Amino acid sequence: MFKILRERIRQGHRTYPYPVQAPVLPERFRGRPRIDPKRCPPGCRGCEDLCPYGALQVRDGQPRIDLGLCLFCGECAAACPAGAVTFTRDHRLAVRHREDLLSGADEPRLAQALDARMKKLFGRSLKLRQVSAGGCNACEADLNVLSTLVFDLGRFGIQFVASPRHADGILVTGPVTENMKSALLDTYAAVPEPKLVIASGACAIGGGPFRGSPEVHNGIGDLLPVDLYIPGCPPHPWTALDGLLRLLGRLTQKS
Amino acid sequence: MSALTLKNGGLVPLAELEILDFAAFAAALRQEVDAQGRIAALFAAPAGEQFDLFALVARDRQGQLAVLRSRVGTRFASLTPELPQVHLFEREIAEQYGLVPEGHPWFKPLRFHPSWTGRDAWGRDPRRHPLVGEMDYYRVAGEEVHEVAVGPVHAGIIEPGHFRFQCHGEQVLHLEISLGYQHRAVEALLPGTPAAKIAHQMETLAGDSTIAHASAYAQICEALAGTPAPPRALAIRALALELERLANHVGDIGGLATDVGFLPTASFCGRIRGDYLNLSAELCGSRFGRGLVRPGGTAFDLDASLAARMLERLEAVARDTRGALEIFFDSPSVLARLEGTGRVAAQDAAALGLVGVAARACGLNIDARRHHPWGAYLDRFDHLVTEDSGDVFARARVRRREINDSLRWVRDALRDLPAGPSRLSLPARAARHLAVALVEGWRGEVVHLALTDQDGRFSRYKIVDPSFRNWSGLAMALRGEQISDFPLCNKSFNLSYCGFDL
Repeated sequence: MFKILRERIRQGHRTYPYPVQAPVLPERFRGRPRIDPKRCPPGCRGCEDLCPYGALQVRDGQPRIDLGLCLFCGECAAACPAGAVTFTRDHRLAVRHREDLLSGADEPRLAQALDARMKKLFGRSLKLRQVSAGGCNACEADLNVLSTLVFDLGRFGIQFVASPRHADGILVTGPVTENMKSALLDTYAAVPEPKLVIASGACAIGGGPFRGSPEVHNGIGDLLPVDLYIPGCPPHPWTALDGLLRLLGRLTQKS
Repeated sequence: MSALTLKNGGLVPLAELEILDFAAFAAALRQEVDAQGRIAALFAAPAGEQFDLFALVARDRQGQLAVLRSRVGTRFASLTPELPQVHLFEREIAEQYGLVPEGHPWFKPLRFHPSWTGRDAWGRDPRRHPLVGEMDYYRVAGEEVHEVAVGPVHAGIIEPGHFRFQCHGEQVLHLEISLGYQHRAVEALLPGTPAAKIAHQMETLAGDSTIAHASAYAQICEALAGTPAPPRALAIRALALELERLANHVGDIGGLATDVGFLPTASFCGRIRGDYLNLSAELCGSRFGRGLVRPGGTAFDLDASLAARMLERLEAVARDTRGALEIFFDSPSVLARLEGTGRVAAQDAAALGLVGVAARACGLNIDARRHHPWGAYLDRFDHLVTEDSGDVFARARVRRREINDSLRWVRDALRDLPAGPSRLSLPARAARHLAVALVEGWRGEVVHLALTDQDGRFSRYKIVDPSFRNWSGLAMALRGEQISDFPLCNKSFNLSYCGFDL
């Protein structure tokens, strides 16, 4: 008992003072990509060939990255001859609408809060059932981390629960394999209305590295109405937490 | 003996691999296993109207790998009754190509996907996607016998799988584990997939083993190109692999602490695991090592100032780790829950072909870093950890001792990185060859094998995740236990669902 207490005192208090203090991410962390179209040589569409997942797209002459398809591997930034693509350390990536995931030179459109009625219902207590539908377990592992004492999700009133009957929504990871489709839809159906759907990770948004496989559904977009998209492969826990708090109106656009 | 021997990271021309008559192939495999060889992989590949069967045997004591090849039509005599370690491999071959291993004692689908040839080994309608879990489960009948079914969606943030416990009261007579929910068809996708995509698919075969699988894939590409990665890259890979082992072993001991209700270590280890992941992120930006390992080397280098910063952080994390583990292994109430729980006998572990922590906890001497060393492990890894009791306690102890070894490894690697480049560009791949790579991931041996066509493209790519070998071990561990011990037994193996389902 004495040894346990001594160790408890030695290891101390480790919960991060978020959101009062912004998280510090490693130097090589690849967060929000930034594209500087001024650097692009005229008529160059070379970047469209750089990304094997089609995340880099030139639309109306403007290069953009679809954060829903991006695996944040950074290979485009290394390969763009004009140096127009860079990855910043900004972890804030989650959005409410699929089209907001298209990221270019303009200001990012971060996730908006739920409407007043839903915010009243879920703003101070949100219970989520997580469904892994073909996820490689990296997304799942970094969601689990949210409940550890560094992030301490519980202090925001958010909790992952064991039964869909106890939940206000589902948080899905994985590209939705054919073999998980019905279990996913059953779990969704078991959550009482009104309910939320959150797609976390490149797989759940667009199929990730397995996009186009005959055994996956390229994410939950065609199967369920999505309320929040959290990009990343896997999303950093701070990215997920940022998205959840914005959804509940606990962070403002500027923070 | 007509097997061709090679070393880890080796390459053989397909033309030199003699095609044995099936009876001779079976006899040779039995002989290998009698001589303490392990069947590390058994898989099929189409050969015109027929099918080639390839077996990879690990001769651990000699540090050699042997490849055997045979050719069969649509049926062959099952080897499982004599060699239980091939039982899942044969079911896999049947499901992928519709071949029937006649006399297989436990003949069911594994991942519930349509066959790649349109021929179904179970006579199911090939136009219809099989329903996951649609098969005969093992049943026990009698008064006071009952069945508990769990999953696929479990309580908690974990991957899906379905478990059926055949119970007599609280006692579990048998547990059947039925997976396939995570099947993403990776092996079917790989021939013809552009190389730029494959690296990412390899990193997501099992998310917590990103470095292990990416390293095995890189090793295959380097073998086929005849150009090994530079020593600096191999050292960075080994460093990242040991960080991966540290994060997961620490996380698992935290998980065991949670399951026995010992909260100090549970909460310490939950955080410390993240500290190791953050060290990986210092190296390459990703907590899981995404984007680090690439064919030809590593995509990131490690300069002296970053190495010094990582070393400093490692020392602090190492102190916290030691403190968290010491109070756990020092508490009689914890030890009482671990000792004797979920025991797997050594002969069962060997017969089933278990690998990694699960095997070493039963006293089996199996570690690819020791027996089939590659890269930075050559001549530098001599401390193989084994325990004898085969129970949850042994699996926890193996982890604890490996944590100490890995800490030492990472510290040495950070202090002494070889000079030179960290990445080379690779020449074209050898045509019509077979290449093999073994990497000791934190869970156990990761095996990759590739066959190339006349243009050097993959015609078949076989992946064996350690979970494929070890789920049977968990089923054995539960026999005679109470159902309430399942979470503890399960955590002590901590197997990957998608690694099995691929």
